[in-house]
Amino acid sequence: MAIALPEQGLIALRKSVSRRQLYSNLFAIVGLISILVALVVLVALIIHLLSQGLTSIDWQFLTSPASSDAEEAGVFIALVGSGLVMLVTTTLAVPVGIAAGIYLEEYARKGWLADLIEINVTNLAGVPSIVYGLLALGLFKYALNLGESIITAGLTLALLVLPVVIVTTREAMRAIPSSLREAAYALGASKWRMVKDHILPYSMGSILTGIIIGLSRAIGETAPLVTIGALTFITFLPDSPIQPTFPFISFSWLLSPFTVLPIQMFSWVSRPDLAFEAKAAAAGAVLLALTLLMNGFASFLRYRLRKGIKW
Amino acid sequence: MVSETSGHRSQSGIAHKAKVEAVNLSFYYGGSKAAIKNVSLAIPEKQITALIGPSGCGKTTLLRCFNRMHDLYDNNRYEGKILLDSTVNLISTKIDPIEVRMRVGMVFQRPNPFPKSIYENVAYGLRIRGESRRRVIDQKVEQSLQQAALWNEVKDRLNDQAYDLSGGQQQRLCIARALATDPELILFDEPTSALDPIATANVEQLMLQLKDKVTMLVVTHSMQQAARISDYTAFMYLGELVEFDQTSKIFSAPAQEKTRDYIGGRFG
Ligand SMILES: Nc1ncnc2c1ncn2[C@@H]1O[C@H](COP(=O)(O)OP(=O)(O)OP(=O)(O)O)[C@@H](O)[C@H]1O
Ligand SMILES: [Mg+2]
Repeated sequence: MAIALPEQGLIALRKSVSRRQLYSNLFAIVGLISILVALVVLVALIIHLLSQGLTSIDWQFLTSPASSDAEEAGVFIALVGSGLVMLVTTTLAVPVGIAAGIYLEEYARKGWLADLIEINVTNLAGVPSIVYGLLALGLFKYALNLGESIITAGLTLALLVLPVVIVTTREAMRAIPSSLREAAYALGASKWRMVKDHILPYSMGSILTGIIIGLSRAIGETAPLVTIGALTFITFLPDSPIQPTFPFISFSWLLSPFTVLPIQMFSWVSRPDLAFEAKAAAAGAVLLALTLLMNGFASFLRYRLRKGIKW
Repeated sequence: MVSETSGHRSQSGIAHKAKVEAVNLSFYYGGSKAAIKNVSLAIPEKQITALIGPSGCGKTTLLRCFNRMHDLYDNNRYEGKILLDSTVNLISTKIDPIEVRMRVGMVFQRPNPFPKSIYENVAYGLRIRGESRRRVIDQKVEQSLQQAALWNEVKDRLNDQAYDLSGGQQQRLCIARALATDPELILFDEPTSALDPIATANVEQLMLQLKDKVTMLVVTHSMQQAARISDYTAFMYLGELVEFDQTSKIFSAPAQEKTRDYIGGRFG
């Protein structure tokens, strides 16, 4: 009997182990299927876009303004518009967002006020973008009288990206172990030295990744820009920022009317002429390529900046 | 009660001049419950003082009072004084904690080098003191690594990442980093508890060599370690200082029954 007991125990143990293995495998299979579904949809989408639009993408398409003739229509103005709007968005949202993140994480006293701000910022990141459009319409276009311009669009998208930047910055900074902060403080570092020499460099990879993901969301935004009155048909470029005469630099482009890629795409889709549908698909492919490029850049930065930084 | 009488009695056995002295020091992690209760302790200059006691008795808490580490977190509160050279009260609100940390170095329980090169780790303390002359920093880095008995192992790879070093080497790097700024007092919080026996022996050897340069206060959970390296030993229990005396005395003829029980392994 004394021998048989462990024998039985062993059988029971094996049974329980193989049951657990089954659950574990089951989960792996479910996970794999979910990933496959997501991937298949994405790939199908890309193939669809490319098959429709690829034939239309050529140098002429990329360098021509919009036109009512489908043959001649191109995305040049929209491409420049997207670029300039993102430039404004980035220069506004990135410094302000990182600074706010640093303040909230390292300087603000922990307490109910900090918690309230945290909840607010996190929720702002989830507010539907059209709501930002409405806010911008009232604030930038009417109250500040900035018109239907690049600066209005840049500010609107900056508002949209700002909470994402703040949240990412805080999360990246929080991931740095407190032992490293204490090591710096113990040597006599001030708070600012500690942030500048340690927290920022160690978390920059994650922060930049978050920023780029936020920006690649912004570049595809249509609703808030339609709300503030972006044009759907425009055939001229904004003023050049570089001028031949003194003072050589001009900011009047900030007040120019504009359009962006997704709006251009939308306007082509809504035309009855079928030839424009291929143009829309082509614009979509360009937009997708831009987004992928930005994400690739984010991965590259993450890889470069994290090399040798681990804890 | 126990701590007060013993505190006074044991002071008589201290032959060395005090470098830092805690006077009626209490510490609160917020709230009204003291984690350190009315501790008076004179740490002798250029000696190794060990802080022993059961887990949770407040060794780390006491140690971190000496470089105002508790100021980093909200709601912490000190009472009493910690006098450096009998003059400056380190925990006075008039003294900037940065000034304190410029004079008092610290080595942590787990090696925590910065994710930078070996050289930059040691140089960092000098850089935040505004030193930018390459020659001065080079020289100080070499000297500190020599003192930390690490120079021979790393002299050809100063620009390698500190994380590529072994655990024991990382801890000696952290000691070098603390030494580079010539602190008057170095605090060690269980500096060898994450290390294997050989690395431990290296670090202990190193601490003994540093004795003629700097005052050291070491928290350890190992009584053997306290006996091996320290000149003086303080025994703490439940936030109070029970007994403080020469290490030989504490381990051979402790005055307090609590100390005797702890040394004898009857609790803790
Ligand atoms: N950050 C904190 N907030 C509140 N209480 C704390 C904090 N850190 C420690 N304590 C409490 O203070 C007391 C002393 O803790 P401390 O870490 O100083 O003990 P210790 O002697 O270093 O123990 P060990 O040997 O386990 O490291 C414990 O009761 C602990 O629960
Ligand atoms: Mg401790």
